[in-house]
Amino acid sequence: MCEAAGDDGGCGADVGPARRRRGAGRSYPRTCMKCGQGSAALVIRVGDPFCRNCFREYFMHKFRAMLGKNRIIFPGEKVLLALSGGPVSSAMLRQVQEGLSRETAKKLRFIPSVVYVDEGAVRGQSLAQREQSLARMETLLQATGFPYYLMHLEQALELPASILRPGPVTSSEPGLSYKEAVEGFIQQQRQKGNGDKDSGTSLPGPGSGDSAEGPLAASRLPAAALTQELLKLFEAVETPTAKEELLQMLRIHLILQTARTKGYTKVMTGESCTRVAIKLLTNLALGRGAFLAIDTGFKDNRHGDVMVVRPMREYMAKEIAFYNHFFDVPTVIAPPLPTKRRDKPSIHRVVERFLLGLQEDFPSTISTIYRTGEKLSSDRAKATCESQRCLLCLCALDLDGEEELALEPTLIMDELELERNGCCQDPPAAGAERKSAYIPLLCYSCRLTFKELGPVTTLPPYVRAEAQRRIH
Amino acid sequence: MAAPVSLQVEFGGGAELLFDGVKKHQVTLPCQPEPWDIRNLLQWIKQNLLKERPELFMQGESVRPGILVLINDADWELMGELDYKLQDQDNVLFISTLHGG
Repeated sequence: MCEAAGDDGGCGADVGPARRRRGAGRSYPRTCMKCGQGSAALVIRVGDPFCRNCFREYFMHKFRAMLGKNRIIFPGEKVLLALSGGPVSSAMLRQVQEGLSRETAKKLRFIPSVVYVDEGAVRGQSLAQREQSLARMETLLQATGFPYYLMHLEQALELPASILRPGPVTSSEPGLSYKEAVEGFIQQQRQKGNGDKDSGTSLPGPGSGDSAEGPLAASRLPAAALTQELLKLFEAVETPTAKEELLQMLRIHLILQTARTKGYTKVMTGESCTRVAIKLLTNLALGRGAFLAIDTGFKDNRHGDVMVVRPMREYMAKEIAFYNHFFDVPTVIAPPLPTKRRDKPSIHRVVERFLLGLQEDFPSTISTIYRTGEKLSSDRAKATCESQRCLLCLCALDLDGEEELALEPTLIMDELELERNGCCQDPPAAGAERKSAYIPLLCYSCRLTFKELGPVTTLPPYVRAEAQRRIH
Repeated sequence: MAAPVSLQVEFGGGAELLFDGVKKHQVTLPCQPEPWDIRNLLQWIKQNLLKERPELFMQGESVRPGILVLINDADWELMGELDYKLQDQDNVLFISTLHGG
């Protein structure tokens, strides 16, 4: 059965799984395997010791190689970096800073801005804690010198319905290949006379955050009523799994809308290799098997005019943590979504625990899952037209008639029962849609999530508006 | 007999949330017959520093998967992991990589 397993001795049915013990037998300090001189500071991959300097080179090279390999980000392109304050997106921000400041021809050439979404309300933070996180984040962002946007998740309730429709794809210059674009850009720079310093040729000055442009000034929290509405939306969700999915959806829609209105054609998000592997299995469990490639791949172009790219997807969480520690990358960690004691953990947490546990004893687990994910193609995920596109995740509707019939009656039954018991404080007004009317607009996994969301009255206005437009 | 050992124990990456939000702790481990190693340091932390939910920090006799351990700024894998014998003035840092972003 498991003859091919190698050193571990198979599935370990008779003995426990072999622990990869680096034990007292080894002498320390060990030397770096790359330069052979420096004293090793960490172990990468399965057993490669690296010194700090070689590790730094390796880390920075990986970022440039990832962008270079994919050749998707054109010179001069406006890119929005999605910063959560967590370790991965913070490391990503640092790599962009490092990449832009290089003197050599290998300098990164796009124009970055940063967006941060304060999710403190749904993460159980008090007003004071949210103010503090925002203040720390603003200091951090001002120090980068990039334009930045401080947003609040509450603003997702004010999104337009158009965010659920892909925008038109505009190619900057028709027929221009990546190579031609780079050469053209270099020519342009030379003609400009290049008297200016490398960094900030086309970047606005420091502290020029557009944060004052939005309805909220930086560090001021949204109106209490809006926060209450957001909390009502989350509290009505029945399971932690659906809460996580809802949070991710609101966040990405808010970020994409910011990108769209401010003219950014790319959004960079910080997902590590570890996170990608966890997401692959989680999304499989959520019924998103057909969309794994678009959900976890390097590029995600389901929204048309704005493309999401994931440049950190080859970094293990461990590499990120060590890099941030060695090179003082600032982070602002937000608390996890609160769960009640009686709730079972979300599928996301269960898969995370499973994979990290497995990784301890079988250190190729994460990378193997990641590499397998790389082989998936995103063709099946693209929807051909609006009637074939999921309302919430914008992927292709992947259901035939039969499953619809199975799910719809259960929703109708739930709604009728609620009405009979008089639970609904606002009985659906004439013309207001029933939850079951949404089902034909959703893909399989969004239907499962949707079923666990609260009543239609709690849903964000943009979702309801777009649904109503499509139903009629 | 092991002399009392003075250490700086630090938490990062969100792990500090389990320790009242305090990132740096100066600790002095008492005298005891066996020499102090990471294994029994973890037990000591569980009994003396952990305010809540020990299962979020430890699993069995080791740290929970997803929590990195650095001894004097080096990967504990290079130092013998749980078997590393603590020296006076060592620095032990625990970084959580869970719920990352």
